[in-house]
Amino acid sequence: MRNIVAFPLLLLAVILQSSIVSQVKLLSGYADLPLLILSAWALQKPVKSVWHWTFVACAMLAFVSTMPWLVLVFGYAGMVFIAQALQKRVWQAPLLAMFSVTFFGTLFQHLISFIVLRLSGTPFVFTDVMGLITLPSLLLNMLLSIPVYAFMRDLARWVYPSEE
Amino acid sequence: MNSRSLQTTIVFLVIGGILALALGGFFGSASRQFSSVLVEFQTWASSRYRGIQDFVTAPRDIVSLRTRNVELESQVSQLQTQVIELQQRVNETEILAALVSFSRSNPESTYKAASVIGRDPSPFLHYIIINRGSNDDIRRGMPVVTNQGLVGRVDAVIADAARVQLITDPASAINIYLQNAETDAVLFGSVTGDVSLDMISQDASVEPGDLILTSGLGGGYPSDMIIGQVVTMRSLEFELFQQATVQPAVDFTRLEIVLVITNFRPVDITPLVP
Repeated sequence: MRNIVAFPLLLLAVILQSSIVSQVKLLSGYADLPLLILSAWALQKPVKSVWHWTFVACAMLAFVSTMPWLVLVFGYAGMVFIAQALQKRVWQAPLLAMFSVTFFGTLFQHLISFIVLRLSGTPFVFTDVMGLITLPSLLLNMLLSIPVYAFMRDLARWVYPSEE
Repeated sequence: MNSRSLQTTIVFLVIGGILALALGGFFGSASRQFSSVLVEFQTWASSRYRGIQDFVTAPRDIVSLRTRNVELESQVSQLQTQVIELQQRVNETEILAALVSFSRSNPESTYKAASVIGRDPSPFLHYIIINRGSNDDIRRGMPVVTNQGLVGRVDAVIADAARVQLITDPASAINIYLQNAETDAVLFGSVTGDVSLDMISQDASVEPGDLILTSGLGGGYPSDMIIGQVVTMRSLEFELFQQATVQPAVDFTRLEIVLVITNFRPVDITPLVP
């Protein structure tokens, strides 16, 4: 039942993302707090509810963002899939796994966003998006990934106490 | 009185008399030396006493000073908080005063002030979220302005909040009118948040500094709303149109309070488009 913490935590993450994180820009990019929380959660060994968390995060973000909900669902689900695949292979080096998931998850999310928005008629230039949005966002996500991972590891111990 | 006590009394009277005369200055230099020795001794004794007193009472003073210091630090932090709050209020008041002044100078429109409470979580999109919604008669398509110029238009509305598409959004395209050149063009947003003009006729003579206003074509925005100024022009002979970079009138990085024009209803011309 402690998994219910997903609702207030993800709600807080979406609010922080919208009100604070989106204002801390590097060029035109900024960090993605819900993505970091989900990727860190997916990397915790005892966690079995990551898909539920992903669904909740996507629903909340779709409510706030103009981004098509399919982009959010595929982007975050893809990131979680990458995290789970990596968790089985590099579980002995969790920080390396977190960096890898953050790296590939951000790239995947931005690639899907770019493709869908481009197809819907928004005049994006690939090099501009890479240089001004994706790479700065990637850097900020990598910087934030360590504290987020530490926080989510402690949270996982609290949510799944008997399995530690 | 026996002889011994009488002797003692006489000795005391003699010595007392000498002391009285010495202290009264009747012995000249000898008297001064004597009094100076006394004063020095008293000074020494007094200073030693103060030293001992300080030593005895010092710990109590340090404790009281520390307590007082903590109290003062607490007061300072409270006052600093008050200063910050008051500065914020002053800033808000200044913004509101400017907006009231703007609304008075444009009485043809009715306005609803709203605070900016967030931005779109995705860096690909340039939208803001305001704290007014359908409960405040905010509807989709209403233009949003500040006293400086056009901000964007309402894109989606819920009961107590609304999402506004900024004119800097990459998907934004606004029909504009260049006042000095007396020609129409289209204003586009971009990924970087810069805005630029396109579709400027090759015949038009546009100069840096020219004022850019909404034209009202298409029915999406009211006419004659200030957007910004032309910064640079790009004109190539083999292209159909000229382009220009634009300095927006509004500082989009510091949006705090905006005005929604509530008496404007956008016209949907989609069915008329062939």
